Amino acid sequence: MDLHALTIRKASALLRSGEITSVALTQAVLDRIAAVDPAIKAYVTVCEDAALQEATAADARLQRGGPLTPLTGIPYGVKDCLSTTGVRTTCSSRILENYVPRYDATVISRLREAGAVLVGKQNMDEFGMGSSCENSAFFATRNPWAFDRVPGGSSGGSAAAVASGMGLFALGEDTGGSIRMPASFCGVTGLKPTYGRVPRYGLLALVSSFDSIGPLTHDAWDAALVLGAIAGRDPRDSTSVGVPVPGYTSTMTGERLDGVRLGVPIEYFAKGIDPAVECAVRTAITHLEALGAEVREVSLPHTEHAISIYYLILTAEASSNLARFDGVRFGLSEPPEGVDIVERYLKTRGKGFGPEVKRRIMLGTFALSAGYYDAYYLRAQRVRTLLRQDFAHAFEVVDALIAPVSPTCAFKIGEKVDDPLQMYLSDIHVVAANPGGVCSLAVPCGFAEGLPVGMQIIGPPMGEAGVLSVGAAYQATTDWHTRRPMAE
Amino acid sequence: MAETEYEIVIGMEIHAELRTASKMFCGCPVVDTTVAEPNTAVCPVCGGLPGAMPVVNKLAVEQAMLVGLALNCQINASTSFARKNYFYPDLPKGYQISQYDDPIATNGWIDVQTEDGGNVRIGIRRAHMEEDTAKSFHYSAGGARGGAYTLIDFNRSGVPLLEIVSEPDMHSVAAAYAYGTKIREILRYLGVNSGDMEKGVLRFEANVSIRPRGTEALGTRTEIKNLNSFRALVRASEYEIARQIEVVEAGGTVVQETLGWDEARGVTVSQRSKEHAHDYRYFPEPDLPPLTIDGAWIEEVRQALPELPDAKYARFVGVYGLVENDARILVEDQALASYFEAAARSYGGNAASVSKWIVGELAYLMNRDGVALEAVRVTPESIASLVKLVDAGTVSLSSAKDVLATMFETGRAPEVIVKDNGLVQISDEEALSQIADQVLSDHPDEVVAFLGGRESLLQWFMGQVMRATRGRAQPQTVLGLLRGKLEARRR
Repeated sequence: MDLHALTIRKASALLRSGEITSVALTQAVLDRIAAVDPAIKAYVTVCEDAALQEATAADARLQRGGPLTPLTGIPYGVKDCLSTTGVRTTCSSRILENYVPRYDATVISRLREAGAVLVGKQNMDEFGMGSSCENSAFFATRNPWAFDRVPGGSSGGSAAAVASGMGLFALGEDTGGSIRMPASFCGVTGLKPTYGRVPRYGLLALVSSFDSIGPLTHDAWDAALVLGAIAGRDPRDSTSVGVPVPGYTSTMTGERLDGVRLGVPIEYFAKGIDPAVECAVRTAITHLEALGAEVREVSLPHTEHAISIYYLILTAEASSNLARFDGVRFGLSEPPEGVDIVERYLKTRGKGFGPEVKRRIMLGTFALSAGYYDAYYLRAQRVRTLLRQDFAHAFEVVDALIAPVSPTCAFKIGEKVDDPLQMYLSDIHVVAANPGGVCSLAVPCGFAEGLPVGMQIIGPPMGEAGVLSVGAAYQATTDWHTRRPMAE
Repeated sequence: MAETEYEIVIGMEIHAELRTASKMFCGCPVVDTTVAEPNTAVCPVCGGLPGAMPVVNKLAVEQAMLVGLALNCQINASTSFARKNYFYPDLPKGYQISQYDDPIATNGWIDVQTEDGGNVRIGIRRAHMEEDTAKSFHYSAGGARGGAYTLIDFNRSGVPLLEIVSEPDMHSVAAAYAYGTKIREILRYLGVNSGDMEKGVLRFEANVSIRPRGTEALGTRTEIKNLNSFRALVRASEYEIARQIEVVEAGGTVVQETLGWDEARGVTVSQRSKEHAHDYRYFPEPDLPPLTIDGAWIEEVRQALPELPDAKYARFVGVYGLVENDARILVEDQALASYFEAAARSYGGNAASVSKWIVGELAYLMNRDGVALEAVRVTPESIASLVKLVDAGTVSLSSAKDVLATMFETGRAPEVIVKDNGLVQISDEEALSQIADQVLSDHPDEVVAFLGGRESLLQWFMGQVMRATRGRAQPQTVLGLLRGKLEARRR
């Protein structure tokens, strides 16, 4: 039995029955990291000693018999944009290379309380800006299914780690597809919850109005377990919502989808989509129909504007969110001494930020500047309202929407790195969910030339239980999600 | 004189720290930054650490509403926060959370009294909430660290601030002064600000321009920042007006710019020209949803409004019949006004005499010894008793002043002091007559002089009687007796 390849559900049962210990499970994951991460490069920081200590504590808790959660003793990793006490949190940026937070993000403290075991921090595009993990200031992460391909981004390290058994699950963060897109490229399940469902306190903000923390797992069941542990109102995050957190797995038992109304948005199957990807997703839709779902076409007419408004709001908010990295209180500060404050700002930020980050700070600063605000930021916010209305209208007649995650499978490392616009367009099917205020689950639905293909199940605001049930029924009757790369 | 050809136009921005227990967006305590150890009241939120998020302080919102209501503003049903972006080391997030499009309060006014006795209505454009910055301490080269350096105290970072923006309705420096005084008085009445300008909890900015008298269009304004005292407000505004007139008279034009006030040299100094003005790139704060303020909440806060200075003044003059000067002095200090009212209630009669004792003798003793009202040992009830003793003729006016001094020092009741020191006024004609006879027979020469026409000696005889009675003689009675006895000798 490869312990590192277990699902949470299976591992939790083994832990509770005493067949395995958390220390053994954690050690298996650490060994797997030692074995395959030199090739994949998913982790920026591995905290081996702390992980084994936490595992020992979890074993004591398991022996005591409580309090136990489905995550007690389960080793996991997190995208390196979540604040972890005493463990450096870099956002894969030079400017935070040596920044060690003094507090835990709310989701981290919730997982600590649940008894989960943190094994390390995962690579990402710098500050979440990118779709390939190539924009990490440290190194590019490789796709476990094909080392010459990207794992997707920006939560590329998290998706690659889960796919290759370096953590039973991961916490990622999705601003415009950053969980779903790499999940799809790496053949794992990724959930972008509704904005506000999971508190953001302690998440190093990219776009405060879009950022959603969510799980990357092997299947929908595991995603439900993690979501149940991290969701719910946090008084420290005023944008988190007080809607009660349901028992997600309680509605995920069926293999049938009788009476479930699914919509296929015609705009998501328009030009530019790889025929192999379209074929896999359409086959999956047929499968869902065979499970009893009613399928109909719907229209989301403002989809074509999603990329524009997404990038406008993103760059604007990011330019402000990244202003605190000024070399005064933490992180990189250049040079060590002897310059005035303006020169320190210029040198620190000049050296600390990568080219994509600088590009977006400049775009955002421009979009917010006097005389341009109305034409750009304000107009983008107005179109955003139209986008939300599109979803609202669709969800009047369907329970969920089915769409591809990405128009292509994982592309080659270096393929789009010099063409930011092409890179931006790889997010075309995932960005709308964030400004649209909806939730979306990405599940594996096939392969094309040996590379995983992903499908989105998009639900209305706070509709996580619904999309997870559809995902669970699909996975109960298919086996795409059980395939593992680099298996011995 | 050239000045009379120009009309002065002044608008003011007043930054007032709100008096809450915790900061605007986090749970850190608000400490006295002039006393507390630097950087001891700081957390990830007010320290701007990555990932930290703001949470609005409800009490700060209610205090802002209270001020808005006191300034006759409309409290907006939906109010939102915005980011004001700029780089400065005392601004840890690189932006200040402020309000821009939907401030909490708009369109108010207050009336202020100028020195010439006039009443001027000043419009309040808006009042908005924001967080204070940290405090920078700049040190010049040559110290222990060699080169020049700056230290930052984040204790002040995130302290709730209310910025009150007036319309440009002040047309004299005196009006600006009166406006500042009035705002300070109202904030103190509301209990939302101590008014201690030397502690930096209240800061002024003056926007100053001039225009030819009789014209409507506003002249180009300059903005004088960080005026930390009334003296600075007056001096800087006067200087700036004179400077602008000089510029215009010399054929030049006033340039729009931000100025600082150099207290030592007594001049305004250019800090930023319009071309170099910051573009703050305001946009709605995505970490804070807009606040909805319903009518019920506004009413709840309105119930907490205390009687404001103008209303109290009108009541003191109208109901208690105080002279205007006494009323004004009492109203300036809410605690003193309450003290007076307690004394007036205890006294029961015409409170004007009570106010004279408080504004006169008591205030004199407090000033003399530097004693604050909280520490004064004379209770309102005992000062009322003292006035009653004077009214009843039990104690003379001059003795009463000594009694009050003793009350002030010992806290003892006036009746006890009067009794123990034998200060009861002698009104008994029999006794006074004997004393008067004794004085006249002791001074035969002066009696002859009086009878010879030196009538002024009557007061001198009076003084001798007072001396003999240690001031306790009832003066009118003595005067009558002396007159009678002297006239009798003339015959």
